[in-house]
Amino acid sequence: MDTMTEGNILEVRDLTVRFMMNEGTVHAVNGVTFSLPEGKSIGIVGESGCGKTVSAYSVTQLLPKTARVSGQILFREKEGTITDIAKLPVDGKEIRRIRGQEISMIFQEPMSSLSPVHTVFNQLAEAMILFQGMTKKQARERCVELLKLVGIENAERRVDEYPFQFSGGMRQRAMIAMALARNPRILIADEPTTALDVTLQAQVLSLIQEMQDEFKLSMILITHALGVVAHMVDYIHIMYLGRVVESGPTLEIFENPKHPYTRGLLNSIPKLHGKRGQRVSSIPGAVPSAYSLPEGCVFRARCSERRSACMYEIPRRIQVGSEHYVSCCLYDGEEDQYAANA
Amino acid sequence: MPQMPEDTVLQVTNLKKYFPIESGFLRRKVVGNVRAVDGVSFYIKKGRTLGLVGESGCGKTTVARTILRAIDPTEGSILFRTRDGIVDMATLDNEGLKKARTEIQMVFQDPYSSLNPRMPIMDIIAEPLRAHGYSRKDQEERVKELLELVGLRAEYARRYPHSFSGGQRQRIGIARALALNPSVVVADEPVSALDVSVQAQVLNLLLDLQEQMGLTYLFISHDLSVVRYLCDRVAVMYLGRIVELADVDILYGQPRHPYTSTLLSSVPDADPRSAWHAKAIKGEITGPPREVRGCAFAPRCPYAVGICKSTAPELRSISTDESVTHEVACHLAEELELEGVS
Repeated sequence: MDTMTEGNILEVRDLTVRFMMNEGTVHAVNGVTFSLPEGKSIGIVGESGCGKTVSAYSVTQLLPKTARVSGQILFREKEGTITDIAKLPVDGKEIRRIRGQEISMIFQEPMSSLSPVHTVFNQLAEAMILFQGMTKKQARERCVELLKLVGIENAERRVDEYPFQFSGGMRQRAMIAMALARNPRILIADEPTTALDVTLQAQVLSLIQEMQDEFKLSMILITHALGVVAHMVDYIHIMYLGRVVESGPTLEIFENPKHPYTRGLLNSIPKLHGKRGQRVSSIPGAVPSAYSLPEGCVFRARCSERRSACMYEIPRRIQVGSEHYVSCCLYDGEEDQYAANA
Repeated sequence: MPQMPEDTVLQVTNLKKYFPIESGFLRRKVVGNVRAVDGVSFYIKKGRTLGLVGESGCGKTTVARTILRAIDPTEGSILFRTRDGIVDMATLDNEGLKKARTEIQMVFQDPYSSLNPRMPIMDIIAEPLRAHGYSRKDQEERVKELLELVGLRAEYARRYPHSFSGGQRQRIGIARALALNPSVVVADEPVSALDVSVQAQVLNLLLDLQEQMGLTYLFISHDLSVVRYLCDRVAVMYLGRIVELADVDILYGQPRHPYTSTLLSSVPDADPRSAWHAKAIKGEITGPPREVRGCAFAPRCPYAVGICKSTAPELRSISTDESVTHEVACHLAEELELEGVS
């Protein structure tokens, strides 16, 4: 029987995802571990290709057939029993129950994740009629109610329109309504505002926050924008090339970053109160290909503090603060110190 | 011959671009116009950078494309100082344009679609040189020079675009734009498609090139943080018009248009302790209007009064000091107390 830490609704342990392609094997996720405390929100942050989306999609098994998943994805059911999602058959009844009913998702591009040939009502009501046994009339009332909740005006009329008649912000609101339709316990939001303008981004993010409070959701927010996670989540996991390199409480990550990559990332963000002509510090080079991972530490080629140990040693996950972990050779051996101080 | 002040390189006056809306099946009739750009005026001095900021659909890209005559303007003049005197880009014939375009060039947003995947880098960068009759040997030499200028190795010239990362591709796009030694570069969202650690590299490159070569930039972006590092003066656009134009520190520090202030406060700063006024503004940007009645921002403006709905405000100077630019199109500019960033 699997066990989970008290208070966690989801625990991902040593998750590995590989894609078997004709050109070779893509090592998308290489031993990722994170947990989601019930009612809290975590952010998974990283640049394109770091495996943040793949990690989150494997939680609902929404990966293409070429994917090979190993590791544990433990989910605590309402009754308290623990299900290992990674062991469920991909097209079985169990995983379909968990998707939508327990874990809902919001996707990045609302236009490509809503069906263009069905009305908003048809798309929203589908699950209610199929799984919750509602009549069409009941479903309609519930849809209108949800659309009103997410701030769509004239919901009674709008519910019969098609997604193309909605503006970008309204589509994203409709998608949030759809994610909430079956009272999920976990919400996974994958770059929910990347396709939106900055004033809309502010509106949609504050809507997500309101809904999280209202529905007592636990949330995983996937994003590349450090500005967004700074205001949205309780814990942050920084990913690089398929590994979590640092994780901890939001404030701690921003004010006391340990990993050279986290520091580099934080320094390379242009600030609103910058100065004309000032150079922004950048991380040299680019992310290596996930087809052939470098040996040792995956960040070493771009790291300004690399030493010989980084060449062959895969850094262990080391505790450097009460809930602060880092995977970097620089801190190897310091865990005893921390234990002594604590 | 048209006139403009000695140190001005580009002067756009009352630029308009209307796209006709046609209706009817057999006899298509023009039933109205989309006013994508509706009376935009600005100038850029030699060696300086003007930022053009706004959300999607505000007309900033149309301004750029019209200046280079990728599309023809409906009205207005675009005076450009070439080595042989001042020309009006708006009325040049094809031959004149070919000549003028050796001195004004563009960098595009998406480094993946703006480089031909079937051409080696050598040919991509040499294309403008070929069009202007350089010999094969001169082309090769110049390409090598350019690659080194933008921080790539000269051996890369034989490779194809697919073997480069996003940041490297954008460097190639910049090298191509600089091939003919232009005096002005129009950069349309040059870093928006890049990851944050790489974005900083390209921004710094743009700053270095400007210092080395005395380039003049028109920098188009939706990202206010990036604009602050690069621009001397900034123009904020909303639905085809400039609503505020000011020296960079004044625009950020003391915005006088409610839209500018909203944009600034919508950006989530990468600091969990900073306040973030997420719900500052309602509604979203509509499509460009067919006709103008009153201020285009009035429907979303929290301060709108009667006059805003009936009379469109003109862009007027509110600066008391002649050396300082500060123009704003708002009836209430003097009365409102708006928040900026330091």
